[in-house]
Amino acid sequence: MIFESLAEKLQKSLNKLKGKGKLSEKDVKQVMREVKLALLEADVNFKVVKKFVNSVKERAVGHEVMESLTPGQQVIKIVNDELTKLMGEEQKKIEFAPQPPTIIMMCGLQGAGKTTTSGKLGILLKKKGKSPLLVACDIYRPAAIKQLEVVGEKADIPVFSMGDKQNPVNIAKASIEHAKKNGYDVVILDTAGRLHIDEELMDELENIKSEVNPKEILLVVDAMTGQDAVTVAESFNDKLGIDGVVLTKLDGDARGGAALSIRAVTDKPIKFVGMGEKLDQLEPFYPDRMASRILGM
Amino acid sequence: KSYKKIDEELFEELEEVLITADVGVNTTMRIIEDVKDKVKERKITEVEEIRELLKEELKEILTEVDENISLNIEPSPAIVLVVGVNGVGKTTTIGKLAYRLKNEGKKVLIAAGDTFRAAAIEQLTEWSNRAGVDIIAHQEGADPAAVIYDGIQAAKARKSDVLICDTAGRLHNKKNLMNELNKIFRIVEREYPEATKEVLLVVDATTGQNAVLQAKTFKEACDISGIVLTKLDGTAKGGVVLAVQSELKVPVKLVGVGEKIYDLQDFDPDNFVEAIFSE
Ligand SMILES: Nc1nc2c(ncn2[C@@H]2O[C@H](COP(=O)(O)OP(=O)(O)OP(=O)(O)O)[C@@H](O)[C@H]2O)c(=O)[nH]1
Ligand SMILES: Nc1nc2c(ncn2[C@@H]2O[C@H](COP(=O)(O)OP(=O)(O)OP(=O)(O)O)[C@@H](O)[C@H]2O)c(=O)[nH]1
Ligand SMILES: [K+]
Ligand SMILES: [Mg+2]
Ligand SMILES: [Mg+2]
Repeated sequence: MIFESLAEKLQKSLNKLKGKGKLSEKDVKQVMREVKLALLEADVNFKVVKKFVNSVKERAVGHEVMESLTPGQQVIKIVNDELTKLMGEEQKKIEFAPQPPTIIMMCGLQGAGKTTTSGKLGILLKKKGKSPLLVACDIYRPAAIKQLEVVGEKADIPVFSMGDKQNPVNIAKASIEHAKKNGYDVVILDTAGRLHIDEELMDELENIKSEVNPKEILLVVDAMTGQDAVTVAESFNDKLGIDGVVLTKLDGDARGGAALSIRAVTDKPIKFVGMGEKLDQLEPFYPDRMASRILGM
Repeated sequence: KSYKKIDEELFEELEEVLITADVGVNTTMRIIEDVKDKVKERKITEVEEIRELLKEELKEILTEVDENISLNIEPSPAIVLVVGVNGVGKTTTIGKLAYRLKNEGKKVLIAAGDTFRAAAIEQLTEWSNRAGVDIIAHQEGADPAAVIYDGIQAAKARKSDVLICDTAGRLHNKKNLMNELNKIFRIVEREYPEATKEVLLVVDATTGQNAVLQAKTFKEACDISGIVLTKLDGTAKGGVVLAVQSELKVPVKLVGVGEKIYDLQDFDPDNFVEAIFSE
C-alpha cells in the first residue's frame, strides 16, 4: 500500500485513548480530521465530506469506548456503519415493467462504459430468462454502432440499429415497436456519451425519455471520477430523474469516492459495478464493500 | 468573492478551490504551505495579491520541467505512442493529432495497436479517413506488438514524418496488460532507434487522484514523456495534473476540448490556472 491505511492512522492517534471511557469532543475532532483527509484522498466530494464528517462527529461524541476493543476500531466502526448506511443499506435490483418490454436507458459522460455495460446487462438479464434487445442510439461516435454490434455478437444478443442518419429519438421509438413485434421483453438503449452541460444532447435524452418512458434510466459513471462526480450526477438526475447508477472500472485501484458523492447528492442507488472489460464482468453493488474500499480498508 | 483579511479562513477557502479542482489533499497542502511562507517572506497584506501568488505557484509547478512544453517530434522521423486507461480519449486524440500534423505539412501514418476493444480498429479507421492519413491495421484479436512492428516498417518504407500508435485502454494495476505495453515499447526502441520518441499518457480531466497512480505505473512500463488532458470542455478542472507534475515531472503537452477533429490545443498553463479559479 502506498498510503498508510486509515485504520493504522486512526489506531495511532487513538491509542492514547485506551481505557478512557467515553470519547470527548476533542478526541473525536482529532480523529475526524484523519477521516476527512482519507475521504478526500479517495475522491469523495469536498462538500459531501464536510457534511458526512459533521454527522459522524455528532454520533461519536460521548460514545462508549469499550474495553474489549481499541478505541480506533470503535470509531472506524461508527464511520464505516454511517458510510454503509449512506451508500444504501440493501442491494437494489433492476425493476421490470408490468407490461413488457422493460425499457432501460443507459446514459452518461463520454467513455464511462455505457456500450460495454449495455452488453453486460443484456447477458445478465438473459441469464434470468429475459429476452433482451440492444439498441444503437449513438449516431455520433465513430464506429459506435459497429462497437455495439460486436458486443451484441459476443453476447449473443440481437442489436437494433437504423444507421447514423436517423434521429436517436426515432431510433428509440422504432426499436420499441420492433421489440413488441418480435417478442423481446427488455430493450436496452445505448446512448451516446455527452457532457451534462451540453444542452442540445441533454434535451435529446429528455426527448427519448418522454417518447418511450423507460422503466430504468441508468447513469453510468467511471469509478475513477474525482470531485466533478456530484456536478455530473446532479445534472443528469435533475434533467432525467435517473433510477440508478452503474459504477464502472472498479477492477482498477481507484478508491471510488464518486460512489459516495453521487449517492449523497442524488439519493439514487448504485445498482451494479463493472469489474472488467469482459462482458461477464458486471456484479451487484455491495454498500458495505464500497464503504471499506473508500476508507482504504 | 472578495476577502477582507488574510487569515486561516482565507487559506481554507483557497484550499477548497484546489481540492475541488482535484489537485488532491497532499499537493494542495504543500502548495498552501509554500504560499503561506511566501506571504510571510514578502510581507504581503493584500488578499488579491495572495490569489496572484497562488496562481504563480501553480504555473511554476506546471512549467517546472520545461518552459516550452511542445510535442517532441522533431527531427523526423518521429514516433508517438499513445497510452492510458480505458475510455480516456486515446483514439480520438490520435485522430485530432494526425489531422493537425498533416495540416502542418507532415506525412503522417497511424497504427491501430488496439486489437482488443470491440470496433477499436473501425473507430481509428474512421478517424484516419477524417484526417486524411494512412493507417496500418490488423484484424481484431491480433498481436498488438506485431501491428506496431508493421507500422514502423511501413513508416520507414513510406518515409513518414510521424507514426502515431494507438494502444488498447488498460488499467495500470493489470500486470499482464502493462507487460504487453512494455513489450510494445521495447519493439519501438529496438526497431526505430533513429526516431524521435514521444510517449503520451492520456488523462481524462474528470479523473480524481487515481491519475497519479496511473502516471507512476505507465511511466515505469513505457517511460511516458508527456500528458494529454482530455475532456476539458466539461466542468472538471483536471487539477490532478498538478499532483502528477509535482510528483513525476511529466509535463502536460496537449489538451482535448471536444469531440471534433479540431478540438485539440497546446497546453496553456495560464488558461489552465485561470480556469481553476473560475466558477
Ligand atoms: N477495466 C474496465 N474497463 C471497462 C469497464 N467498463 C468499460 N470498460 C472499458 O472502458 C472503455 C469505454 O467503454 P465504452 O463502453 O466504449 O464506453 P461508452 O460510455 O459507451 O463510451 P462513449 O460511447 O464513447 O461515450 C472501453 O475500453 C471498455 O472496454 C470495466 O468495468 N472495467
Ligand atoms: N467532450 C469530450 N469528449 C472527448 C474528448 N476526447 C475524447 N472524447 C470522447 O470520449 C470517448 C472515448 O474516446 P476514445 O478516443 O474512444 O477513448 P480511448 O481512450 O481510445 O478508449 P479505449 O480505447 O476504449 O480505452 C468518446 O466518446 C470520445 O468522443 C474531449 O476532449 N472532450
Ligand atoms: K473544464
Ligand atoms: Mg458508447
Ligand atoms: Mg481507443
